[in-house]
Amino acid sequence: MITLSHYIVLGAILFCISVAGLFINRKNVIVLLMAIELMLLAVNINFVAFSRFNHDVAGQVFVFFILTVAAAESAIGLAILVLLFRNRSTVNIAEIDSMKG
Amino acid sequence: MIDPQMFQLVCFYAFAAVTVIAALSVITLRNSVHAVLALVLTFFSTACIWMLAEAEFLAIALIVVYVGAVMVLFLFVVMMLDIDQEKLREGFVKFLPVGLVVAVVMLVEMLGLIGVRVMHAQTMGVNPATAAGMSNTAWLGMALYTQYLLPFEVAALILTVGVIAAVALTLRQRTGVRHQQASEQVAVNARDRVRIVKMAAERPIVGEPGSQSAPAEEPKP
Repeated sequence: MITLSHYIVLGAILFCISVAGLFINRKNVIVLLMAIELMLLAVNINFVAFSRFNHDVAGQVFVFFILTVAAAESAIGLAILVLLFRNRSTVNIAEIDSMKG
Repeated sequence: MIDPQMFQLVCFYAFAAVTVIAALSVITLRNSVHAVLALVLTFFSTACIWMLAEAEFLAIALIVVYVGAVMVLFLFVVMMLDIDQEKLREGFVKFLPVGLVVAVVMLVEMLGLIGVRVMHAQTMGVNPATAAGMSNTAWLGMALYTQYLLPFEVAALILTVGVIAAVALTLRQRTGVRHQQASEQVAVNARDRVRIVKMAAERPIVGEPGSQSAPAEEPKP
């Protein structure tokens, strides 16, 4: 029998994998974007599970909105990436430091 | 006779295993194209897990919107950019311990928090959509178009802004590119292009030995 904690544990594992991905792929912007997508997916798993187990529609509605915003975010992120590669011919974070932040 | 509850649990574990393995390969694979394909697999098996939670509409939306549109966009960009893979992997081993420690500590903390609640193991119970006498899509749509109508419209607006921003960012006017101008081509006069010049006929000079190979150039009138 599947319980709520099955879903939450899966979400937690996915979230931690994506955090580790952010740390170990510090050079590649594309993999960083993909790790962010994985994080959003982990959160979405939790939302779907809570919505189903608490019999509340709000969770699934929220997943819908997260999907929308994530799609817009990745479209803009990839556009910025293309622009960056066109001007600097690299996607290496270590070389993109002109703002000295 | 297989117990349906047991079968569901086995399915859940299988899908979860595929999801976790694919997610691990997303962050460790050397080739970015392979990483995107692993991410597609992650999304697909997550959609299967959502199916098990009876969230059918979102599962299909995840496959159609994410695998069909966003991941294909990722693939386009990854294949379009000519990336030096080796140089980007430089810090991989250096940051591996830090990343592992942070991830494992976070996971242990989260599992501890979940473990506190596990004693009241909540089961799925009856599907709320079925209890209301409609499908999951209708159930979600009823909420989306009544209670959440304004956020829904705002989401559409966000998508429009995203499209406009993406196009505006990547659009560029190139200077020094020659275009065909139809109006100038139509408006041209014949005498601007061709000039007929009258001149005397040229004849070969008789008696010179090199006259065949190299005819003497005469100044044109």
